[in-house]
Amino acid sequence: MASRPLSAFWAILRRDLLLAFRHRGELANPLLFFLMIVSLYPLGISPEPDLLRAIAPGAVWIAALLSALFSMENLFRGDFQDGTLEQIALSPQPLPLLLAAKILAHWLVSGLPMILMAPVLALLLSMPAAATWALVYTLALGTPLLSLIGAVGTALTVGLKRGGVLLTLLVMPLYIPILIFATNAVSAAAAGLPISGQLYFLAALLVLALTLSPLAIAAAVRISLG
Amino acid sequence: MEYPKLSKNKGLFSAENLECIRNDRVLFSRLDFSLDPGEILHVEGENGSGKTSLLRILCGLSPPASGEIYWQGESVRKNRGRFLEKLAYIGHQAGIKGDLTPLENLALVLKLHPADSEPDLSEVLTHVGLQGHEDVPARTLSAGQRQRIALARLLLQKAVLWILDEPFTSLDVQGRAWLQDLLDRHLKKGGMIILTAHHLLESSLPVRKLCLNDY
Amino acid sequence: MWSFFHKLASPKHFYRIAGAWIPWLGGITLLLMVVGLYLGLWVAPPDYQQGDSYRIMFVHVPAAWMSLFIYVFMAVCGGIGLIWNMKMADIMAMTSAPIGASFTFLALVTGSIWGKPMWGTWWVWDARLTSELILLFLYLGYIALQNAIEDPRTAARAGAILAIVGSVNIPIIHYSVEWWNTLHQGPTVTRMDKPAIHSSMLWPLLLMALAFQLYFFTLLLMRARVELLYRERRSRWVRELMGNLQPSPLSNNREVI
Repeated sequence: MASRPLSAFWAILRRDLLLAFRHRGELANPLLFFLMIVSLYPLGISPEPDLLRAIAPGAVWIAALLSALFSMENLFRGDFQDGTLEQIALSPQPLPLLLAAKILAHWLVSGLPMILMAPVLALLLSMPAAATWALVYTLALGTPLLSLIGAVGTALTVGLKRGGVLLTLLVMPLYIPILIFATNAVSAAAAGLPISGQLYFLAALLVLALTLSPLAIAAAVRISLG
Repeated sequence: MEYPKLSKNKGLFSAENLECIRNDRVLFSRLDFSLDPGEILHVEGENGSGKTSLLRILCGLSPPASGEIYWQGESVRKNRGRFLEKLAYIGHQAGIKGDLTPLENLALVLKLHPADSEPDLSEVLTHVGLQGHEDVPARTLSAGQRQRIALARLLLQKAVLWILDEPFTSLDVQGRAWLQDLLDRHLKKGGMIILTAHHLLESSLPVRKLCLNDY
Repeated sequence: MWSFFHKLASPKHFYRIAGAWIPWLGGITLLLMVVGLYLGLWVAPPDYQQGDSYRIMFVHVPAAWMSLFIYVFMAVCGGIGLIWNMKMADIMAMTSAPIGASFTFLALVTGSIWGKPMWGTWWVWDARLTSELILLFLYLGYIALQNAIEDPRTAARAGAILAIVGSVNIPIIHYSVEWWNTLHQGPTVTRMDKPAIHSSMLWPLLLMALAFQLYFFTLLLMRARVELLYRERRSRWVRELMGNLQPSPLSNNREVI
């Protein structure tokens, strides 16, 4: 009996990954979005390598915020529209755990590829090797945070007709600490400074979000269904 | 199936003083009923009288403006988990993923509502008349066939209380007869059903009616 | 005591009690504000560095305090409404949001005016101003969410979740902006508060803070009363109050049928 909540967790994770795989054509869209925003900076500001190097941490991270938000909008929408979300909410298994499985699946198909693509973007913006590694570390800690916090906003707006812009308004201010610490870590690494402090802070935020946000997300989903 | 003893002098499933307000309009208020094993309650009312709202409130999906719902004499709000183990709900949206096959859809149901014995899924699909369609995406099936997948949940979940919102929708004549038979058998085993339906139920058992226009 | 709070939670009693309180609260607010402004603008000595321009602090600092206080107040009210399903708490949370946003805006504007002689420009990415700007975004997000949801109860519940998540984040945002600021600007511009403030300046500041607090509650009760009348417009006590006991044709769909 004790293992049953976990088997429901794996079942939802598997189902969402399977669904993502059946729509694999759409998988690349947030990634393309990420790549395109980053490539706008050299075009819009200057291709000068020194300047690019200076703005690179912020450029990549702002693009990451935007593409996380962009992909986040559909996290619960499909399930809400076809009635699966209410079936999930009516399961006797703990709802926060089931929704955590959905978020994990979403992160695996949208957050993880962003981390893998980061070195390419670092190359485009002529970042030094140390900063590239820092970018990978901060994205590894930061993208799950973006997903967890963004999911609260998504759950609150899933029942609304024009939820997209509203979602951005709700979630963007909450993303600011992540942006500050992550970009600072990358800049510090580029300057040859230690970054463990910033990484610890991001890790602490991640632990906090992992424990608290599933509860808020579950409450928000119940409100949106009601 | 075993049925628990009642702790208080009311039905196994009961609602007290329910009120529903949607967008500033009172849909119904002071609604009470209680339901015992083997009983079926047919919720009637005109369009917009709050039938679907009532069913969603009874499942615990939406909160009533006031009032309380009891399962075994205990408030559902406080014992959500124990109530949900005994509940099967089929709503307006079938809750079927169009990109998954019927088999994959039902496999998830089993994980969300674990039963003591794992039934054979393809047997269940045969039972609802979907043999030969196990491996095609559900979105390619007709509305009636998708409804049958949703109804297959009733066979899997081993729930005592079925709450069904227009379960006969888009079923053909045989499908309706089959569902009617399924409902009757559930009642004879001591199950409970609350449903809305546009057509008259041809149950061999007595059907209780609840008309929302009266509340 | 408990029965008093219980009474306050019922709309009809709230309406009556709040109505009796408003003149008193408003009177005390006015008195405190006059005394506070007099002490702050005439009695307190000019600052040895900033001259008279520091006096805007007597508006700016209380406004900034209130902007934080109201957000937390909103989250607490929202939580109460969520857990105990209390209509008055929902109304309190909802009606305090625009007041909180106004205080935040006031803090931003006065901060920018205060900064002009100090920095020579209207806007500097100072830690306090930046935090205040993000707080304004949080308020505007809350208000936008409230406006987007039609059903008042759902709106209140969704807003409560957002306010609670937001207030968990406020200290984190505040700390990270402060930290970001010290890295980028150095400690030169964070001169808005002094660790040791002279009592001739402290007293008017505290009086003004109290006046702002009471002003908020006066305004809150007034707005809550209006909102309450609107939401309960179909109920018997409101119709009696308005001297109109004709059954309203929309009060209940059964009466239409």
